[in-house]
Amino acid sequence: MYRIRLHGRGGQGIQTGARILASALFVEGFETQDSPLYGAERRGAPVSATVRAARAPIRERGLPARADLIAVGDESLLGVAAAGVLRDADERSWLLIRSGVAAEIWRSRLGRSERVATFALEVEEGAELPLVGAACAGAAARMLGVVSRASLESALERELAALSAQARAASAARAFAAWDELAALAGCVTEEPAPIGAPLPRPDWVDVPLDPADVAAPDIRVPLTSVQVRTGLWRTLRPVIDDALCRRCSWLCSSFCPDGAISIDPDGRPCIDYDHCKGCLVCAAVCPPHAIRVEREAGRATEPEKVG
Amino acid sequence: MSRVLLSGNAAIAWGARLAGVDYVPAFPITPQTEIIETLAGWIGSNELDARTVMFESEHSMLTAAGAAASTGVRVFTATSSQGLLYAMEMLYSVAGWRAPFVLVNVSRAVAAPVTLHSDHGDVLAARDSGFLQLHAATCQEALDLVLLGYRTAEHPDVRLPALVNLDGFLLSFTREPVELPDPELARRFVGAFEPGASAFRASRPVSQAVAVLGGGPYSYFRYEMHRASEHAGTVFADAAIELEAATGRANDAVECYRSDDAEVVFFLIGSLSTTAKDAVDRLRESGTRAGLVRPRLLRPFPTAALRSALHGRRAVAVVDQDLSIGSGGVLHAELAGALHGQAGAPLLASFIGGLGGRRVGVDELCSISGEALEAASAGRPPAPRLLYTEAELREVRKLQAIAHEERHR
Repeated sequence: MYRIRLHGRGGQGIQTGARILASALFVEGFETQDSPLYGAERRGAPVSATVRAARAPIRERGLPARADLIAVGDESLLGVAAAGVLRDADERSWLLIRSGVAAEIWRSRLGRSERVATFALEVEEGAELPLVGAACAGAAARMLGVVSRASLESALERELAALSAQARAASAARAFAAWDELAALAGCVTEEPAPIGAPLPRPDWVDVPLDPADVAAPDIRVPLTSVQVRTGLWRTLRPVIDDALCRRCSWLCSSFCPDGAISIDPDGRPCIDYDHCKGCLVCAAVCPPHAIRVEREAGRATEPEKVG
Repeated sequence: MSRVLLSGNAAIAWGARLAGVDYVPAFPITPQTEIIETLAGWIGSNELDARTVMFESEHSMLTAAGAAASTGVRVFTATSSQGLLYAMEMLYSVAGWRAPFVLVNVSRAVAAPVTLHSDHGDVLAARDSGFLQLHAATCQEALDLVLLGYRTAEHPDVRLPALVNLDGFLLSFTREPVELPDPELARRFVGAFEPGASAFRASRPVSQAVAVLGGGPYSYFRYEMHRASEHAGTVFADAAIELEAATGRANDAVECYRSDDAEVVFFLIGSLSTTAKDAVDRLRESGTRAGLVRPRLLRPFPTAALRSALHGRRAVAVVDQDLSIGSGGVLHAELAGALHGQAGAPLLASFIGGLGGRRVGVDELCSISGEALEAASAGRPPAPRLLYTEAELREVRKLQAIAHEERHR
């Protein structure tokens, strides 16, 4: 069975990418399964989708214990623990990253001796959340080596039928560009053989103890617990204050920030808490001297996250 | 018949479409909303000749479903988790009206604490309501059980609403190959809803009893529901045979997989049963005669079929994806009740797993089959066990430590 996982952010077409890949495998005669995984988050939050393909009906469900191929549409997710990109990567897993950085640099960053590939994919300049799902599907299909170009084309037609002709053509172009780019690695991902009947180790079960109710109840008794949830991870655009232009009318940006993520320091200077700024840009819109500029997060997020 | 990729939610919507539903009262809730969206899309594009109405709550939605079904139109509705519990009062009422329709529940564990993922705490809370209860293991079954649900619910000797359950995420959002029945075949199979003399007409008021009853009449009416539900088992079996003849797909009230000569059997419901088949095959390869017995039909409870399927087995590992707080696994208690006093009944071992979408792995299933067999050799059932690992407890301890820091900041 092949087990493939696609990672990206809400809004990047990752679920669609998984559907395209599964559809292409289905056209090739495989039994397939595709399933997205997401929570209650919004656009920009980390999402993943799993594709399974086998020659026999698939009985496994949910998140697989390991993946043969992990395709990452947004390289910034590699630095985000909550995205769980590498959680179940083992030495057999291939890692495919959409990145302008060379594969050998990623190998050294991630401490992997092999099985890391990258693809570049041109995206429109200034795109906030580039659509990468179809490209991930095209690249993954090529790396599997069991999907023909015609099957990929038929899957794209099938899965994108609801889109406009223009959007459909753009997605297909991205998928085939990625397909072409991965030509040298065609067939590098191999199917994991079915397990043989050796007994599995006993799980490390524990008896759950009786804890006092003030420990064992999931109550939230204090304010500010939202501080623990770093919603700044969802941000795709970053407001940046130019100190030289700022007139210290800080009540404006800090009052209008719907997340209370702008504080004022003793000198009256506004400071953005990037751990919790979701990038809605209300501050940039209300700033009278236009002292808040907007930068794309993509490309800068491979640095470790800083506390704002 | 064509084979297409469908999510569980899409398969359910197809089931309703192929059954030719007339009326879809609705209220959104994750992970069910996609079903209603799909049906509303088809109604909007005139691919489905039906009406849909968005209500202000599940309570009103269920009331509308029961009222509409009482007039003789074919009704479909769907909900999940808190939504099902919010409608609970009306579940009992519309079943008491003997209003037949199909309600789909996409299982999602009940708050608090809150989660979006699946367990059967929601649907099992409805087990005593009078609704028939059918549990799907695959997206294909989700579709087939909607058709079988209408056939059984609308039968003149049954006339009870049917609840079809599928697991959230594991089926609802999972796309897999599904055979779409030919529309004409499906229409013939489900047939027309013939309410006969029982259809409510505003211009022709009829009363079958008085509004407020004493114990005698009340007992009669409630027990008639019980008799009708029991009879639904026969109606379902006949309909399943007919569907199998038309499609080649078996949908017996109880699915038995390699259980005929099994010494140890898994007993569980829903999509976990496909994982259990993998465990059965693995155990067989390593020399353990394992099997699976999985009810599709939970109401009426298929007591006779289960007694016969489990007769002569040494041990049964019951895996409940639910927890009756203060008692234990619901399926374990129900199965124990059905087997009590039966000669040749197997030893039952109770395991709780899969709460809130927790993954139950093949490794866990293989281990619990061993524990059940050891208990059978010792002649004593083991203490019920929560399937819970060291790593999971460590994760909770970490969350608690963070919360504690917060509290004392």
